Order: sequence, then structure tokens, then C-alpha cells
Amino acid sequence: MTVYLFIVLGVLAVLSALMVVFTKNPIHSILYLVLTFFAIAGEYVLLNAQFLAIVNIIVYAGAIMVLFLFVVMLLNLNKETEPHKSMLRKLIAVVAAGLLMVVLVGSLKGASNMSIQPFSHNTGLIENLGTVLFNDFLLPFEVSAILFLAAMVGAVMLGKKDIK
Amino acid sequence: MSISLFIIYKVVLVVVVFLISLFIAMYSTYAERKVAAFMQDRLGPNRAGPFGILQPVADGVKMFMKEEIIPQVSNKFLFILGPSIAMFTSCITGAVVPWGTSLHIGGHEFALQVTDINIGILYVMAITSIGVYGIMIGGWASNNKYSLLGALRASSQMISYEIAMGLAIIALVMTTGTLSLKGIAAQQTGWHWNVFYQPLGFLIFLICAFAETNRTPFDLPESDSELIGGYHTEYSSMKLGFYLFAEYINMFISSAIMSTLYFGGYNMPFIGRLGLSPNLAAILGIVFLFAKIFFFIFFFMWVRWTVPRFRFDQLMNLGWKILIPLSIFNVAITGFFILLLHK
Repeated sequence: MTVYLFIVLGVLAVLSALMVVFTKNPIHSILYLVLTFFAIAGEYVLLNAQFLAIVNIIVYAGAIMVLFLFVVMLLNLNKETEPHKSMLRKLIAVVAAGLLMVVLVGSLKGASNMSIQPFSHNTGLIENLGTVLFNDFLLPFEVSAILFLAAMVGAVMLGKKDIK
Repeated sequence: MSISLFIIYKVVLVVVVFLISLFIAMYSTYAERKVAAFMQDRLGPNRAGPFGILQPVADGVKMFMKEEIIPQVSNKFLFILGPSIAMFTSCITGAVVPWGTSLHIGGHEFALQVTDINIGILYVMAITSIGVYGIMIGGWASNNKYSLLGALRASSQMISYEIAMGLAIIALVMTTGTLSLKGIAAQQTGWHWNVFYQPLGFLIFLICAFAETNRTPFDLPESDSELIGGYHTEYSSMKLGFYLFAEYINMFISSAIMSTLYFGGYNMPFIGRLGLSPNLAAILGIVFLFAKIFFFIFFFMWVRWTVPRFRFDQLMNLGWKILIPLSIFNVAITGFFILLLHK
């Protein structure tokens, strides 16, 4: 049963991710991306990571994509206003994306022979996640929190009209 | 419990919760007009049936019978998707609300909650944050300036108030120690209602609930004096009905969430002393929960017909410059007290 669900969600995620790139209308692109996030959240639930699934929906589908939608709606992008990109730019974009893929594949290549804890019924539940985050990974957790704070302060500074 | 019995029980529970949500939303429209009439010293609807009790039915039939107009220029699929999402998201939140403890029938225990996921509150937050898509997509697909402005107002308002709401919930979770709504409701027996431990948090949550459900004084997305109908200007017939109806279901569900989180849910202080049988106590618990919910629904209407709406910059200032710092302060003070009392 879960295998079928996994396949359905996986196909949905990949197809909608492809549609994000191939569809011409930016609003449709964003809505397909939202669909991708939901499919991925479904995969998280299958892995018993309910917290991760919900946070994925709250943060990505619920906040970031709404802001994307917001900006695109305000800009009113359509085919006529689409900027013309030169061949060189497209080439650079392809090389950069290819490099990113190499990095991703390289980082996941060694993952199969890493030792992981055996899967149990409370893997991924929020109690365990909290314990791990606030004990084993306290420093990285706090550092990333400060990083976000710095980003927020930076955004507010950039958003100010005139800096003294 | 056998698997078939389990499935039947869950299906029955889901259908009942769904029907009750619809029924209450339906009669909220009637109650709203009666409350408005009462506040303004009028009679309100009184033609359909005794005391106008059949008015929602007449309204529903009218909604279905009206001509349906889809603007030529709009994106038809998204135009239909908008109200569908709005309705869908407002209906699925009821799944995690504990409507009572549990009934014991024929040796089986039937919990009066569709599902007890261990991140119940976050589920509610997630559904709230998805709810904005219904308004945004509908407003954009209408291809109308007023609709778009209404949609943009709705989304910016909901995103802004979600932050303060989330922070208020963080402070609440710090005192309860669990994210499961069932656990939170069960903790509040006797007078241990969370509102006494989190008065400031409750106030912030209440204000944010008004903003999230787009109710006056935060009903700027559909403020008719400046935006005609806001995001649903172009909608007609039952699609408009869906948007209006979704607002009332949201109001019902957020009243239920507020009662559960802060006002003890199905608990009543004296009920433990009466020595009732568990089934009777469970049924009384449902009655108490609904009494609390009806009070909050009345409160929503009371405020709507008493307070004028904000200006948009006032709304943003209230959200970002008052509520968010206040909720962060609430989190800090909660942490301080936890440290002080529990060492």
C-alpha cells in the first residue's frame, strides 16, 4: 500500500516539478511548485516525519510560495513582457544548473553506505526531533537561528527607504 | 475493534463533523443577521418560517438558482479552483478538533475526534496558511483590479497575522508541553484552563483569529466601500456562496480551536464532582464545547457590528509593530515563569 502511495506521490512530485519549468505562465509555474511541495510533504508523512511534512507545508507552501505569488501578481508578468535572454546567458544558466546537479548527486552518492539508526515507530516524531535538536545539534541549531536573524535584519535594512 | 468497524466509525464521524460544520455555518448567517438587527434595534429576517428560521434555506436556494457568470477573460480553471480551495480548507480543519472525550458502546471505545495527530496545532496552522490560496487564486483569476487588490490585501494580512498567531501558539505549547489538541484539551480539567496561564497569548490569538477569518475590524479584503466586493467581486451564484460560506465555517472552526486551546474544550469545572457515567459526561462535554463555540461565534458577530474597520496601514502597524513584539514578549515571559516554577 505505502509503495503504491510512494510511487503516486513521487510521480506527482516529478511531473509537477517538470511543469514548473515547462509551463509558460508564471502563475501556473508557482501553483505547480506548490503541488510539488504537497507531494513531497506526502512523502515525508510516509516516512513518519509528520513534523517535517507540516513544516514543509507551513513554510514553503504557506508562506514562501504565497510571497512568490504575491510578487508575480503585482508584476503582472506575461508572454509580451518576458525579457529576451541571449544565447550566452542560457548557456551559463545550463552550466550552473548542471554543476548544482553534480554537487547533489555527489553528496547523495555516499549516503547509501552511511550507518543510520533502524527505523522505529517513533522515528521522526516531534519529541525525538526536539531532543536531538536541543542536545546533539544545539550549536548548529543556534547558529542557523542567528543566521536567520541576521538575514531578517538585513532585509529590513534593505527595505528602508533612506539609510542615514 | 475490527477494521471494518473502525472504517465505519471514522466515516460516520467525518460525515457528522462535516454536516455539523455546514449546518452551523448555515445558521451562523441567520444568527449574524439577527445579531446585527438586535444591535441596530431592528427586527432582522422574519418572513421565512417562524422567526425567519427558514431564511438560510431560502438564501441557499437563491444562491443555487442564480445565473452563473464566468468572465470571458478569466482563467476558467483557476476561477473555479479558488472557491473550491477556500471551501475545502475550511472544512478539513475540523478533523483534529476533539469534540469530546470518548463514547463507550458495546465494549468499544469511540473517541470523538476524527484523528489525533501528534502535531495537531501545527496542522491547524498549515491549513490556515493554505487557506489564503483560495482567495489569492480566485482574486487573480477574476482578472479584475478590485479582485486583485482584495486578494493582495487578504494574503498580506493573513501572512502578517500568522506570525503573531504562531508565536502565541509557541507560548501556549511551552506551558502545555504537547502539540496534540487531544492532549491539550485533556490537560484542562477543572479550572486549569489555559486562558488563565496565557491571558496575553489568548488575546493575541483572538485578534489574529479575527484577522485570519477576514472578519471586521479586519475585513479589508472585501471592504465594500472601497473595493466593491474585494476578491469575490466577479463571482456569482454558488461560487460566491462558497466564499461566503467558507468564512462562516472558518469562524466556527476557529471558535472551536479557541475553545479547545484556551477555554478547556469539552471540560467544565464542576462536571467531575457529579459522578456521571462516562457516556453521559462525554455527551455533556460536547454540549459544553458547543456552548463555548456559540459564545465565540456570537463574540465574532458582536465585534463586527460594534467596531468599524481599520485602515490598511493601521492593520499592518498593529500586526507587525504591536502584536509580534507583544507575542515575543509573551514567549519570553512564559519561558521565564517555566524556569522560575519548575527550576
